[in-house]
Amino acid sequence: MTESKSESEKEFEPKILGFLCNWCSYAGADLAGVSRNQYPPNVRVIRLMCSGRVDPNFVIDALIKGADGILILGCHLGDCHYGEGNYEAQANYKMVDKLLKFVKLDNRVTLDWVSAAEGTYFAKIVTDFTNKIRSLGPSPLSKKSNPSIEIQLKMKAVKQVVYNPRIRKLVGRERNITLNENVYEEIIDKDEFDLLLNETLEAEYVRNQIYFHLEESPKSVKEISNKMGIDKKIIFEQLLVLRQRSLIDLSEIKGYSPVYKVKK
Amino acid sequence: MEKIGAVLVIGGGIAGIQSALDLAESGYKVYVTEKTTGIGGVMAQLDKTFPTNDCSMCILSPKLVEAGRHPNIELLINANILKLDGEAGNFKLNILRKALFINSEKCTGCGICGQECPVESIDIYNEHMVINSAAFVKYPQSVPLVFSINKDMCIGCGICQAVCKAHAVEYFQQDEEININVGAIILAPGFDEFDPAPLQVYGYGKYPNVVSSIEFERILSASGPYSGMVLRPSDGDIPEKVAFLQCIGSRDVHHAKPYCSSVCCMYTAKEAVIAKEHQHQVNPTIFSMDIRAYGKDFDKYIIRAQDEYGIRYIRSRISSIEENPRNNNLILNYESEDGSLISEEYNMVVLSVGLNPPDDAIKLSKIFGFELNEYNFCKTDHFTPSKTSKSGIFVCGAFAAPKDIPESVIQASASAAHANILLHSARNSLVTKKVYPPEINVEGQAPRIGIFVCHCGTNIGGYVDVPSVVEYAKNLENVEYAEDNLYTCSADTQIKIVETIKEHNLNRVIVASCTPRTHEPLFQETIREAGLNPYLFEMANIRDQCSWVHMHVPIAATDKSKDLVRMAVSKANKIEPLQRTILDMNHNVLVIGGGISGLSAALGFAEQGFMTYLVEKTTELGGHAKNIHASIEGNNVQEFLSNIIEKANKNENLKIFLESEIDTIEGFVGNFETKLKSSENKENDEGTLEHGIIVVATGGEQYQPTEYLYSKDPRVVTQIDFEKMLFESKFDEKVNKIVMIQCIGSRNEKNPYCSRVCCAEAIKNSIKLKDLYPEKEVIVLFRDIRTYGLKEKYYREARSKGVMFLRFEEDLPPELEKEGENLVIHVDSPNIGKVDLELDLLVLSVGIHPPYESNEKMAPMLKVPLNDDKFFLEAHVKLRPVDFATAGIFVCGLAHSPRSIDESIMQANAVVSRASTYLSKDEIEAEGIIATVDISKCSGCGLCIETCAYNAITMDEEKMVVEINSGLCKGCGACVSSCRGLAIDLLGYTDEEIYLVINEFK
Repeated sequence: MTESKSESEKEFEPKILGFLCNWCSYAGADLAGVSRNQYPPNVRVIRLMCSGRVDPNFVIDALIKGADGILILGCHLGDCHYGEGNYEAQANYKMVDKLLKFVKLDNRVTLDWVSAAEGTYFAKIVTDFTNKIRSLGPSPLSKKSNPSIEIQLKMKAVKQVVYNPRIRKLVGRERNITLNENVYEEIIDKDEFDLLLNETLEAEYVRNQIYFHLEESPKSVKEISNKMGIDKKIIFEQLLVLRQRSLIDLSEIKGYSPVYKVKK
Repeated sequence: MEKIGAVLVIGGGIAGIQSALDLAESGYKVYVTEKTTGIGGVMAQLDKTFPTNDCSMCILSPKLVEAGRHPNIELLINANILKLDGEAGNFKLNILRKALFINSEKCTGCGICGQECPVESIDIYNEHMVINSAAFVKYPQSVPLVFSINKDMCIGCGICQAVCKAHAVEYFQQDEEININVGAIILAPGFDEFDPAPLQVYGYGKYPNVVSSIEFERILSASGPYSGMVLRPSDGDIPEKVAFLQCIGSRDVHHAKPYCSSVCCMYTAKEAVIAKEHQHQVNPTIFSMDIRAYGKDFDKYIIRAQDEYGIRYIRSRISSIEENPRNNNLILNYESEDGSLISEEYNMVVLSVGLNPPDDAIKLSKIFGFELNEYNFCKTDHFTPSKTSKSGIFVCGAFAAPKDIPESVIQASASAAHANILLHSARNSLVTKKVYPPEINVEGQAPRIGIFVCHCGTNIGGYVDVPSVVEYAKNLENVEYAEDNLYTCSADTQIKIVETIKEHNLNRVIVASCTPRTHEPLFQETIREAGLNPYLFEMANIRDQCSWVHMHVPIAATDKSKDLVRMAVSKANKIEPLQRTILDMNHNVLVIGGGISGLSAALGFAEQGFMTYLVEKTTELGGHAKNIHASIEGNNVQEFLSNIIEKANKNENLKIFLESEIDTIEGFVGNFETKLKSSENKENDEGTLEHGIIVVATGGEQYQPTEYLYSKDPRVVTQIDFEKMLFESKFDEKVNKIVMIQCIGSRNEKNPYCSRVCCAEAIKNSIKLKDLYPEKEVIVLFRDIRTYGLKEKYYREARSKGVMFLRFEEDLPPELEKEGENLVIHVDSPNIGKVDLELDLLVLSVGIHPPYESNEKMAPMLKVPLNDDKFFLEAHVKLRPVDFATAGIFVCGLAHSPRSIDESIMQANAVVSRASTYLSKDEIEAEGIIATVDISKCSGCGLCIETCAYNAITMDEEKMVVEINSGLCKGCGACVSSCRGLAIDLLGYTDEEIYLVINEFK
């Protein structure tokens, strides 16, 4: 892909947003400055007290606003100023990463650890990440790409997923129930949990997309399936859940196909 | 040995519930164990029921609520039996109650836990077609309405515990073993649906548009996954062509399911009809071998399905299904009746799966020590169809053999009758009779109203501004006190309500919460405990009909709640205490008819010590059974009959009146008076019989054929004649060729019903003939062979012994011709075309019809109805199959509908149990809400008499005014609104009260 880049893409300078924790990574960035470690000027940093503060939606929102890449940097595991905030960041990142895979934007977001003593490493991370994003080209959501309605709708669906209380509950309890113990004083197998989380994320993502497609205009299962490129059976199953939750309703029946609409 | 006045019922389906209700009402303590977390069984999953298309949940849920609230019924959900000791009359059981992880005592069923649960688990009630959470209730109308946690799905996140306002979540709840002591056990574990997945030929589980009939039942249900629309799973489109395949896992020797599942022909017809009703675009086709519509009014349903709904029937068994991968349609290849090969494409296929024994059948039989039959259903004897092989353990429902809802309900009562007979000496020993404080006289007191407004966790409070409703209520007329409760129904609130009533001297109470249908009795009991008459109570339904349905408009919901409370207050200002009339209960029973049904019923009463009068119009007991030598299963009917007659003659509680008929019957439940007259010339001066119960067992008659040269040619006989020849060794051995014709006098224009027993009768006699003379030729000409249930075996046996079966169509009946001295029958069969059969003997399978004249005479005398065919019409086809709408009168045997001996016995037993719910009491309590007449206004026009469905109103011929019998009145109020002179009013819903409420509707 890199070999066949056009002239205009070569000149592309990505806009990257960095979320840095106050205690390690932000200090590491300062050290890079003190040490005069040079790195590309593409990253804008938002300082947070802890990487655990990075709400999954910060990432999604930044991408929607057109960020080409997002760098989340925290303290090394075990070094968190607040104890385990970076583990929370890890759990949140995992969820965001899974979600962004659905829209093929996962390679534009990275989570890494930089200590206050790793100025050189910070510069390397920024350089490497910028190069990577540059080679990827502009985000399909950036103004340069003239984002399609499809990708916008998909991102809206993703955003809805990270706001979904069920998902937030799952992610929020993940560490407790897979590392410590759950209410039954048992530990849930990590793979088992991941499987559940995956299924839940995908289901919610598909449901939200269906919902937003219907919000545009009433549609049949077939029409939604064509738009989304997902098998009719899956669309129908998720549509039933939306109906069960009283979010959508039957609009009319066209021939043999029921047409659904959003419930106002 | 001491007998224990308690009964254990295994299984909380419709059969188990019916047994439990019968016994609890008959003076026994009843435990019901249910292996899932809610009672209701399969019936709760059904959309509609055949042949009346009644909504299944609508008729079931009152029974569920009654069982859940009955003081003598203890529901043990999520429970398994571990061990049984002891013997009939005194069993000891060890029962495992598996942890629910939510405390049932504290759970109010509000459902917050399920809404907040992050895990989507599978919804078993909806046959896995939609999702549910790990914290769940089996279905919204479940009894008991308590949630539980599906431990297999739960990840232990702890959120439900955090959100449960009732603090009911208990993650460390342990399985619990309990011991109970009962006198009898009733098995009602039901059935399992046949799993079609292993039969790969139908592609179930592989092709998305092949579903099972129980899944389709959920699809049809308005509360189901598709909200009642008929859609197909692959793409959610409405399927135009739907094929129903009968006998999946039934009548199939290759898959070890040789029996007929009895119910599939009818439920399939129903599903096809309802599918068409729900979605007019659907065109159902039913593939079946025979159409077994053998029950009361079933054939009429099939005819309507075909004629009115255009349901297409094809007589074929589909051998395999292929999917068209392009559109997920299904290609059915089959051989039509004339042998041609046809291939058709359908949008959806429904597999009508059969009924299997429950998967724990073998385990149950080992724990309890009763025997199973060859198919692993519970083994029973023909003449004691509700008894297991172990004394003191009885069986009902589909566990005894596949059967439909009414037959299950009949058997449920029948098994309860056996428990009654076994334990009657211990009756009323373990039931709790609640003692209340004396009632406070509120007469003349100004209303002092107390109002309790419920938050229902957040179910109401989350949408309705409950405190503002309380403030509003405080300012309404005569409201002395108002408060809000987190849960008004919780046990601690009940104590608080009683204290508040006393403290504030309240004399009217209103609860604004959920629906009175489930909760009114609870609150009525609470105020009764505080000394108030239970009718001094009103309810405002601000949850089910307000907060739950106006979630997005909280202000409007709050306004509506205030309106509902204000309307309740206006009525409460006028309500008065009502008294439930107490009627004496005479413990004698009158049984009309001395056939097997009447005899069985009479003995059931006499053996419990009730004086029973058995009236028979002929000179001897036995009825029709006198002509029957054996059942199809080979049981000796004559031996049984002489035994039962001997028992009846010996029983000192049984008084038999032969050659007697009913002259007059007066009175009502508990207080009947009957005069007999002699039939023919015999004198009868028995005077008047006093009794509390009437059983109609008046039987049926054999159709006397006028067709096929019957009575003109001696070579034409009925099955009864033929049976006599075979069993009494009078068969003329020169007869070599025998032809039988089915449905003579049945399933025709005059008698549109199936006589149910004739197929088995023909097959029984055919087998007997083949056993005696294997070389003789028998050909049975039939329209459908209806050897339903476990009788299917004999149909197969007959064919294997060389009996030939040839089908004809209704409009092309066989024609008999006398060619010289020879008899020839011309048949036009859809299988082989036209054939001429020479024969030496023609046997007519004649049907059963009601004794028209005597039924027409008896029905008005008893004030009970007949159906179109002139059989007696029961109170409810599904759930009250042996009761009449008029209290205290019951029906069994052929008077009800054609049926076999074992089925008649079952019905007779059922009648014993139903009547015992009255006979076990010294007095019966009538409803408090009843109609009353102001005789000064009554003009005696009699309009109300016609309106009353319960025959509660009679004319006082002397004064020319009507009288309402408070024992019979059910309080519907139809007479009130029909009265042209405003002479009748309904207590509890008086004109004045209702107009006040209307006035408050602003």
